[in-house]
Amino acid sequence: MKVNEVEYPAPADARRLLSDHLRHDLGLTGTHVGCEHGVCGCCTVLLDGNPVRSCLMLAVQAEGHELTTVEGLARSGAPLHPVQQAFHETHGLQCGFCTPGFVMSVVGLLAQHPQPTAQQIEEGIAGNLCRCTGYASIRRAVTRAVELSK
Amino acid sequence: MKPPPFEYHAPTTLDEACSLLASLEEAKVLAGGQSLIPLLNFRLARPRHLLDINRVAGLDRIYERDGGIAVEALGRQAAVEDSDLVARVCPLLGEAVRLVAHRVIRNRGTVCGSLAHADPASELPAVLLALGGHVIAQSARGKRTIAADQLFRGVFETALETDEMVVEAWFPASPQPFAILEESRRHGDFALAGVVRADTRLALFGVGSTPVLADRSDATRGLQPSGDLEATPDFRLHLVRVLTEKAFAA
Repeated sequence: MKVNEVEYPAPADARRLLSDHLRHDLGLTGTHVGCEHGVCGCCTVLLDGNPVRSCLMLAVQAEGHELTTVEGLARSGAPLHPVQQAFHETHGLQCGFCTPGFVMSVVGLLAQHPQPTAQQIEEGIAGNLCRCTGYASIRRAVTRAVELSK
Repeated sequence: MKPPPFEYHAPTTLDEACSLLASLEEAKVLAGGQSLIPLLNFRLARPRHLLDINRVAGLDRIYERDGGIAVEALGRQAAVEDSDLVARVCPLLGEAVRLVAHRVIRNRGTVCGSLAHADPASELPAVLLALGGHVIAQSARGKRTIAADQLFRGVFETALETDEMVVEAWFPASPQPFAILEESRRHGDFALAGVVRADTRLALFGVGSTPVLADRSDATRGLQPSGDLEATPDFRLHLVRVLTEKAFAA
């Protein structure tokens, strides 16, 4: 499978979840693991461009596909991705645990709706849980990301 | 968390999938995995074999058939949500699928998988029942059609045999007026109770071991919903009455 444009060997164990494979086998610990049953959204990654829960996929299922994790949005030292920049500017995070999942969900949301309505923003982030911010600043981050993406 | 051990199979044709399903004991079909993988992670399910059908080509069509919408086994919920054909022919299905979890889940989750999983609180089984649709089950023995009112047998239980898999679901065109209404604690959660109206037909979900057809004039007759931390049985009955009234007010 290709992760962030780098080809990696196939996972050795069929029961390895994609989330664990990314973190433990490939060392890509930017993908966070919260609930491990698809509720919290922390482990969201892009599979062929679409956001999916990496805890609800087996790593072997990603063979032959292209994945993007939060590490793939901006190279080290390069300017942040517009969605990351927007979260930074609007204080769309506090502890940061949920942030990679939110960022990947929002990247997917803006790919689907480049000019999202308020309702589409609500729907787009509804599958991610944040226990710090109360979501107001995250909503602002999405709006800012739309501006920065122009 | 980590799923219990299983042997993984990834057939590339439907014939191969069916013959594996016929020969393997305690095999489960893995399509979108948005219900099955959590069950594995929690070790509530311990199949000996996992039959991943995602590599079977050409099994993801959403097309018009017999005046309704057919969705094949790998037709993702997100694709149904985005389908202009579904919006035109069966807008009830298009509306219902938006109530299934969240978009990120729907990017993987399949319509046929929701039906085969048969969670009594989920939307799509009730939609299939309200519309009087069916599924096509395939095995190495051949194909058969199972009508919605014959499909759902109990909590997570269907009329599917162990060697059968759902290859297609068929939803009749939605009549006017239609509605799907549900109440849940959080957006995207399973419903505490929900109702589907297709013209004069009414199906309920979340209030029994399967989705059930009901009479709008006495929607709660014979229901014995369970109670849990989120809702008492009485509250669920109350929701059915209120939601039914709203569904038929339009």
